[in-house]
Amino acid sequence: MNAITIRNLTKIYANGTKALKNVDLAVAEGDFFALLGANGAGKTTLIGIVTSLVNKTSGKVHVFNYDLDNEEDKIKAKKTIGIVPQEFNFNIFEKVQDIILTQAGYFGIEWKKAFPQAEMLLKKLGLWEKRNSTARTLSGGMKRRLLIARALIHQPQLLILDEPTAGVDVELRHGMWEYLRELNHNGTTILLTTHYLEEVEQMCRQAAIIKNGEIIHNDKVKHLVQFLEEEIYVVTVKEMRPLDKIKHFNPTIIDDKTIEVELSKKETLNDFIMQLSATGTIVTDIHPKEHRLEKLFLTLLKQ
Amino acid sequence: MNTKEQMIAYLTIVRKEVTRFMRIWVQTLLPSAITQTLYFVIFGKFIGSQIRDIQGISYMSFIVPGLVMMAVMNNAYTNVVSSFFGSKFQRNVEELLVSPTPNWVILAGYVTGGVLRGIVVGVIVFAVSVFFTHPVIAHGGVIILFVIMTAVAFSLGGFLNAIFAKNFDDVSIFQTFLLTPLIYLGGVFYSVHSLPIFWQKISQLNPLLYMINGFRFGFYGFSDVNILISLLILLGFSIVLSVVNLHLLRKGTGLKN
Repeated sequence: MNAITIRNLTKIYANGTKALKNVDLAVAEGDFFALLGANGAGKTTLIGIVTSLVNKTSGKVHVFNYDLDNEEDKIKAKKTIGIVPQEFNFNIFEKVQDIILTQAGYFGIEWKKAFPQAEMLLKKLGLWEKRNSTARTLSGGMKRRLLIARALIHQPQLLILDEPTAGVDVELRHGMWEYLRELNHNGTTILLTTHYLEEVEQMCRQAAIIKNGEIIHNDKVKHLVQFLEEEIYVVTVKEMRPLDKIKHFNPTIIDDKTIEVELSKKETLNDFIMQLSATGTIVTDIHPKEHRLEKLFLTLLKQ
Repeated sequence: MNTKEQMIAYLTIVRKEVTRFMRIWVQTLLPSAITQTLYFVIFGKFIGSQIRDIQGISYMSFIVPGLVMMAVMNNAYTNVVSSFFGSKFQRNVEELLVSPTPNWVILAGYVTGGVLRGIVVGVIVFAVSVFFTHPVIAHGGVIILFVIMTAVAFSLGGFLNAIFAKNFDDVSIFQTFLLTPLIYLGGVFYSVHSLPIFWQKISQLNPLLYMINGFRFGFYGFSDVNILISLLILLGFSIVLSVVNLHLLRKGTGLKN
C-alpha cells in the first residue's frame, strides 16, 4: 500500500501562480522519501495539500488509500499524519508540555493517556527540562524539536517534515537525522522536503525532484546522486599542515585554513578526510563548493 | 473520530480558551467591570437620580440588565474574534486544521469559550451592580436562557469576523462601527416606549433590542418587545451564523490558500 498517492495534482493560487502542474507521485508505506526542490518549487504547496492546509485546484490525493475529497476519509487520513512545518506555528505563550498535550487533545487523546508519550518524546528530544517553560523562551533548535515532538504525539503512520533542518546547526542536524532514521526503522513512513542533497543522501531511499511545480525526476537516491560526475568540497581546518603525504587526491590549498578537493564518483570524501586526519590536521567544517542540488538539476535537465 | 474523541477535542479547545482568558484576566475580565462600574456611577447614580422611575423601578435598577447584557455581548464577541484571529495570525490554527477535529467541534469549542467569558464577566458586572441597587429576579430561567443564547450568537458573530479578518484593524472595525452603536441604541439606557413613534419603529429593526429586553424581562417581568419574538430572533441568528461559519470552515475561507 502507498502512504501517499497523488494523481494529476494541480494548484493555481488566486494570484494566478501555478504552484503544481499535474503532479503524479507515490510514496510507499515505510519509505523514507525526499522531495527535493529549490525555494518556490512547490514542495510546501504539495505537502500543504496532503495535510489539508491548502486547497487543491484539481487532481486526486489519497493517504493510506483514504480519499481526501471524501470528508469521512479525510478525517481518517488526518489521524495518520504528523506534520513538522517549516515555520514555527505554535502559540509562543504556551508551555512546551501544554502545546504537545493540546495537540493530543485535538486528535482525541486524553491528556492522561497522552502524557507518557509526551514525556517520552520530550526526553528523547532533549526538551523534558523545558516542559514548563513557555515556547518563546526556547532556542531555535529547541523550537524545531518541539515541532517534531508535537507532530509525533499521536504516533502517526506518516511523518511529513518540511525542511526540518533549515537554520539548524550541524550537531543538532545530525541528532535529528539519527532520530528520524530510528522512527523510519520502527515503521513510520517519512516524507521529507529539503533543498539539501546531503540530507537526502544520509537518510532517504527514494527521492523526487520538483522544479517549477513539476516532478522532473523520481528515482532511488543512490541512482540520483550518480548523475553528479564529480564534486568539489571545501574543507576548513583548524591549522594547515603539509599535504604531501596525501595519495590519490589532489587537494588545493586556498588559504591558511581552507582546502579544496575534487572527488570523482569513485572517490569518497571519507577516504580523503581520513588521510587528512593522518597528517594531524583537525577538520572543523566540510561543505560542497557548489550547491549540489542545483548541479543535479542542471545535469538532469541536460539529459 | 468517535463521539468520545470528539468530546476530548471539544474540551481541549474549551480548556485552551478558558486558560487563555483567565491567564490575561487583567485584559479580559477587569476592563468590563471597570467600564460598567463607571456607567453605574455616572448614569445610574449621578444622572439617574434625576430621572423618574420606569415602569415602577428606579433608573439605576432599570439599566442593570442592559449593562450586564452589554458586557456579555462584548466579551463573548471579543473573546472569539481575538482568540481565533490570534490563532490565524500566529498560524497555530494549523494545529487544529491538520487534526481530525471536525469543523463543528472547532466552532463549538471556540463558541463555548466565548460564552464562558461572557458569563463570567456578566456575573462580575451583576455583582458590581449589587453595590448600587438591589435588582430583583422575576424569572431566573429566562435570564439564564437569554444570557446563554445571546453569548452564543455573539460568539458566532466573533468567529465570523475572525474568519474574514486579515489584520488587527479588521478585528475591531465591525465592533466599533456596527456592534457598539447597535448595543447603545438597543435600549440599554432607555425604554423604547419613551421614544417618538418613528424612532420606536426604527429601534424595532435593531436585533439587539430584543436580546436586551428579553434579558430585562427575566429581571423585572416587563419588556418593550414580545419575549417569544426575542427568543426566535436569537435562535434564528445563531442558526444562520452557525451554518455560515461551518460553510466557511469547510471551504477554508480565510484559513487555507
